[in-house]
Amino acid sequence: MIRFTDVYMHYGDGVEALKRINLYVEQGAMVYVTGRSGAGKSTLLRLIALIERHSRGQIIVNGQNLERVTGNRIPLYRRNIGFTFQEHRLLNDRDVFDNVALPLVISGYRYQEIKKRVRASLDRVGLLKKEKNYPLQLSGGEQQRVGIARAVVHRPALLLADEPTGNLDPALSLEIMQLFERFNQVGVTVLIASHDLAMIKKMNKPIITLREGKLLTHIGQTISE
Amino acid sequence: MKKRATISGNTQGYIAILNTWLAQHARALIFSLGQIYKNPIGSLLTMAVIGVSLSLPAGFYILLDNAGRVTANWGGSMQITLFLNPDLADQEIVSLAETLRQHEYIDNIKLIDADEALEEYRRYSGFSEALTALDKNPLPAVILLNPARETIAAGEGEQLLEYLQNLEAVETAQFDRQWANRLFAFIEIFQRVVIVLSALLAFAVLLIIGNTIRLAIYHRRAEIEINKLFGATDAFIQRPFLYSGFIHGIGGSVMAWILLITSIKLLEQPVVKLAGLYASNFQLFSLSSGEVMVLIAIGGSLGLLGSWLAVQRNFKAIGLS
Repeated sequence: MIRFTDVYMHYGDGVEALKRINLYVEQGAMVYVTGRSGAGKSTLLRLIALIERHSRGQIIVNGQNLERVTGNRIPLYRRNIGFTFQEHRLLNDRDVFDNVALPLVISGYRYQEIKKRVRASLDRVGLLKKEKNYPLQLSGGEQQRVGIARAVVHRPALLLADEPTGNLDPALSLEIMQLFERFNQVGVTVLIASHDLAMIKKMNKPIITLREGKLLTHIGQTISE
Repeated sequence: MKKRATISGNTQGYIAILNTWLAQHARALIFSLGQIYKNPIGSLLTMAVIGVSLSLPAGFYILLDNAGRVTANWGGSMQITLFLNPDLADQEIVSLAETLRQHEYIDNIKLIDADEALEEYRRYSGFSEALTALDKNPLPAVILLNPARETIAAGEGEQLLEYLQNLEAVETAQFDRQWANRLFAFIEIFQRVVIVLSALLAFAVLLIIGNTIRLAIYHRRAEIEINKLFGATDAFIQRPFLYSGFIHGIGGSVMAWILLITSIKLLEQPVVKLAGLYASNFQLFSLSSGEVMVLIAIGGSLGLLGSWLAVQRNFKAIGLS
């Protein structure tokens, strides 16, 4: 599903965010990316989402070489990915239903279909009753779940989650992680960036560890910390 | 059979694409209207500013239009007086009058010979006694003539005057309505001023719309970023802003129209009164329905252009990737 070959990423000011990354995530996997702040977790996800471009090497996602995904192909490429963020990034002037519907509206679905899918997605995160609420009326955990419902409503092949539990207490964090697990069980490849090592270890999933932009452990390796 | 199936499949595909496209446009339009509905004061203020900007050139246009209607009748009353050479024989005077009557630039002429002139002078001047003391009529024969209306309209009155002046039989030729000519010249300058002013105010409307849209883009930055992340095309993201600019432009034109109607209503009474003093039944003309459509079309186009420019300029600044 995702293959990095000798990938380097440095920003304009010369800071090397990623150094010679080689990794492979197979289709249908659920993988955690961990490391301290600034280790390059977010950069890794941003490269996959094409928010940023890598400087050297090759990234292949879902059979597509990302260097060839340019211009008009970027939107189409992104429609196959779902995102969640630490700070939710919900639109506060729209209710829960409209927030979750966003990826479907972008892809040009009909209203009937949108309604069906949004309801199904909200049901899966347990927030069907809150569809008329506005994000600011919800708790942090609920907002994160709305974000997840939005990330999966268009049934993407790949789900990227950047620090999804950053602001939540351990109990809520576990709930969120289990939610991701459930989506993974229906075939979605899930990549979660998190520094919450204690939580990650409990989940018993492959872990990629980054330190100062370098790959410290790969999938299957044990964490030597 | 198979081929036909493919064709109908393609057609269906195109119809589906067209439907999606229409739905996306309808969505963008409804969304833009919704944004205006949510923030009516801000939108109304923007439209009011556009309305004032558009009403100025449109108002001047109405003013010019009315000035044109008023002065259209003046060409006919514009008169040239020819004082003929006193040495001319009566026969020569009559034949000159006949030649001028045939002239294509001249509508009608009136000949007042020296005797008539003297008689008139005697009657109106009050110097009848003094005049009897003269042994010879000091007054020349006079021809009063009206230039053809087209001649005045084409601005060829001066050439006609010059032609007449150069006739041997004519001692002096003069426009009775020199001031009217000056007024026409002034109106011409005013027309140019209005054109320049219109261009400047159109530019102002572009800036107003551009700024409104720029602010809207920055205000909805988070939304734009999320849309982009979930695979929205640039066209999808830009559409609501373009519609918004278009709607503000149209709204502004309607405001301008309302302002103009109000102003004309306010002016109507005094103008009728003034016209009455000149024994005229002149009435102020407002914009025709065609002209209102043009005004709205101009407002809409300026709105669309302004928002397009703002979108082009500001999307790069916040663009992802």
